[in-house]
Amino acid sequence: MTTPLFEAKNLQKYFPVKGGILNRTQAQVKAVDDVSFAINPGETLSIVGESGCGKSTTGRAILRLDDPTDGEILFEGQNLMELSKSDLRQKRKEMQIIFQDPYASLNPRQKVKQILDEAMAIQGVVPKAKRPERIRELMEVVGLRPEQAERYPFQFSGGQRQRIGIARALSVDPKLIVCDEAVSALDVSTQAQVLNLLKKLQKDLDLTYLFISHDLGVVRHISDRVIVMYLGKIVEIADKKDLFDSPRHPYTRALLSAIPIPDPSKTRERIVLQGDVPSPMNPPSGCRFHTRCPFATDICKTEEPELRSTTFMNETHKAACHHIEKIAETEKTSIV
Amino acid sequence: MASNEQTPVLEVKGLQTSFFTPDGEVKAVDGVDFSVNSNETLGIVGESGSGKSITSLSVMRLIQHPGKIVGGTIELSGEDLLKKSKQQFAKYRGNRLSMIFQEPMTSLNPVFTVGSQIAEAVRIHKKLDKKAAWQEAVNMLKLVGIPAPEDRAKRYPHELSGGMRQRVMIAIALSCDPELLIADEPTTALDVTIQAQILELIKELQEKSGMAVLMITHDLGVIAETADKVVVMYAGEVVEQADVKTLFKRPLHPYTQGLMNAIPRHDIDLDELEMIPGTVPTPQNMPSGCRFAERCPYARELCVEKHPELATPSNNVDEGITTGQTRCWIYTDEWDGPNPTKGVATNQ
Repeated sequence: MTTPLFEAKNLQKYFPVKGGILNRTQAQVKAVDDVSFAINPGETLSIVGESGCGKSTTGRAILRLDDPTDGEILFEGQNLMELSKSDLRQKRKEMQIIFQDPYASLNPRQKVKQILDEAMAIQGVVPKAKRPERIRELMEVVGLRPEQAERYPFQFSGGQRQRIGIARALSVDPKLIVCDEAVSALDVSTQAQVLNLLKKLQKDLDLTYLFISHDLGVVRHISDRVIVMYLGKIVEIADKKDLFDSPRHPYTRALLSAIPIPDPSKTRERIVLQGDVPSPMNPPSGCRFHTRCPFATDICKTEEPELRSTTFMNETHKAACHHIEKIAETEKTSIV
Repeated sequence: MASNEQTPVLEVKGLQTSFFTPDGEVKAVDGVDFSVNSNETLGIVGESGSGKSITSLSVMRLIQHPGKIVGGTIELSGEDLLKKSKQQFAKYRGNRLSMIFQEPMTSLNPVFTVGSQIAEAVRIHKKLDKKAAWQEAVNMLKLVGIPAPEDRAKRYPHELSGGMRQRVMIAIALSCDPELLIADEPTTALDVTIQAQILELIKELQEKSGMAVLMITHDLGVIAETADKVVVMYAGEVVEQADVKTLFKRPLHPYTQGLMNAIPRHDIDLDELEMIPGTVPTPQNMPSGCRFAERCPYARELCVEKHPELATPSNNVDEGITTGQTRCWIYTDEWDGPNPTKGVATNQ
C-alpha cells in the first residue's frame, strides 16, 4: 500500500446564510458535508458532479483557499489545518491550482513573463538571475514559444491562455495540481490539446492531479480513480474502469446515461431523472438522492447510507446506497 | 422523410453576414446554404468563431450594428424574409419563427413574472385579451412540463432553476405555434441530467406540432441524438453536410474527422485524443485557399492555393458508400495525390 500524498478526512465546508436585522446566521449551506478521500502520488483522482454538488468547494477547501469548517487535510502526513498563514504559503508551492477561466485568473496588465516571474518570486523557488531561463523553459514545456512571454494575456487564444495558467502552476515545481474545470471553457479541438499536455506533463514531471470536472468524457480520459458527488456528499468512488463499466449508485447510472453519445448508431436506454437538484441549504433527509431516485424506498428517506462495498464489487469500489444489491439484481435482467 | 417537391420551412441560400469594424470587414458568415423541412431537425455544429450563432441570428434578423447581412436569401416557406420591412418582419419574429438562447436568465426580463412574459407574446401575436392570454400562458407552462403551472406563472425568473427557466423560454418560443424553432446552444449552460430533460422536451413538442428545428451547438453528442441532418461549419463556411447517420459513419472533411476524434468519450476508452493543431484563422487574415489548410494533416499545395467548393465527392470515396457533401479538394478530380483518408473513418 502506498502512502497517500494527500488525504482529506471528514472534510466539511459550510457557508453561513446571513439575514435579518442583526445579520445573524440563519442557515448553513452545507456545500461539502463529511467528505473523505486520499490521493496517491502520481495518480489522477477526479471529482465529478453537477452544479452545486460541492466539487469545486472541495478543491478550494483542500488548498485552504476557503478554510474548511471542519475536518483534516493532510499533505504528506502534515495537517494543513494547523499551519499558520506563512507556513501555509510555503506549503502552497507544493500544491497549485488551475482554474476554468484563464482570462479571469491572469492579470491583464502583466506580461506573461511577469506573471511567471511573480509566482517564482513569491515562493522563492528560483533565484532572480535564473528566472528568465526558467521562464523560457516553462513556455516550451507548455507548448508556447519563449518569445511569446513578452505578450499580454489578451494577445492569446483561450487554449493558449490555459497553457499560461498551467505554466504558472508549474513554475514553483508543485507535487499536486488541482485542476478546477481546467478545460471546460475550451473548444473540443483545443481541449484535446490541453488534455494531452496535462497527461504528458504528469508523466514527465511526476505530478499528481485532483481533476474537478462536470464532463464525464474528459474524466474518463484523464483519471485513474473517480469520485462522484451529489449535494455535498460522495455517492460513489471507484477505479475508472469500475465506475464507467459497472456504476453502482443510481445517480452515477443516471448521470452516465444522460450524456449524449456522438454516435447515432448507438442506442441505449436513458434514465431521465425527474426534477432538479434540491437546495443544499435544506438537503433531503436520509439519502440526499432519494427525492429523484427511481429505486427509493422508506429506508432511504430516514437513514443516511454509508459508502460501502459488497461481495461483487472490487474493494476499492464503494457506493453510498442502501440498494446496491437490489439494483444489481435488476440489471441482470436488463443490461443497459 | 420529405419528398423533393415539398417547400422547405426554411431555406437559406448564399447567406453572407459581415461586421464592419475599424480594422475592416469581418466576414463572419461567408456564403452559407442549407434548408430545413417541417418535422425535421437540422443541426449546425462548429466551434467558437465558426459563424454558427451569427447564422442563426441572421435568420432571426437580430444582427446589430456594425454587423450586416450583405448577401443571400432567407426564405420561410417560400417568402423571402430579407425583403420584409422591419415592421412586417416583427410580425414573423416570435410568431412564425422563434428562438431560444443559451442563457435563459439573460433572455428573460427579471422584473416581470414568467407568466406575464409568456402572456405578452400571446397577446401581441394571437390578439387575445389579458385574461385569455394569462390562461394560455399557464397552459404553455403545463405543456413544457412545469409542475404547478398556475403557481409558477406568478413567479419571477430568479425564483426558478436553470432548467425551469429554459422551459419557460421554450414556452415563450412555442406559444405562437411557430413553423421554425431556432435553438442556439439551448442546453450548454445546463447540467447533463437537465440537458437530457430539455432535449427530450424539444423532441416531444416537435412531434406534436411538426415544427422545423434548427439546433445550433458545439456538442457532437447533442447533434447525434437530436438532428436528422447536419451542417458542419468552419471559419464562416459550411465544410460538410450530410444526414446524421452518414456524417458519423463516414465523415469526409478532415476537420469533421479531427473533431470527432478529439472528443473524450465516456462510453469508450481512447488512448490519446487526436489533436487538431493550431487555432481557427482570424477573419482578418483568412487564407485565400482552403480555410482549414494550415491545420490539415493532408494539405497539399493545391489546398493552400485554391479555395474548394462544397460538392458531392467524385474521387477517393469507395463505391457504394453514401456520403454527404464536403468542401475539400481530396474528394475532387483535381486531387493529385494518393487518398490520404483511406481507412480514416470513425464509428465503423
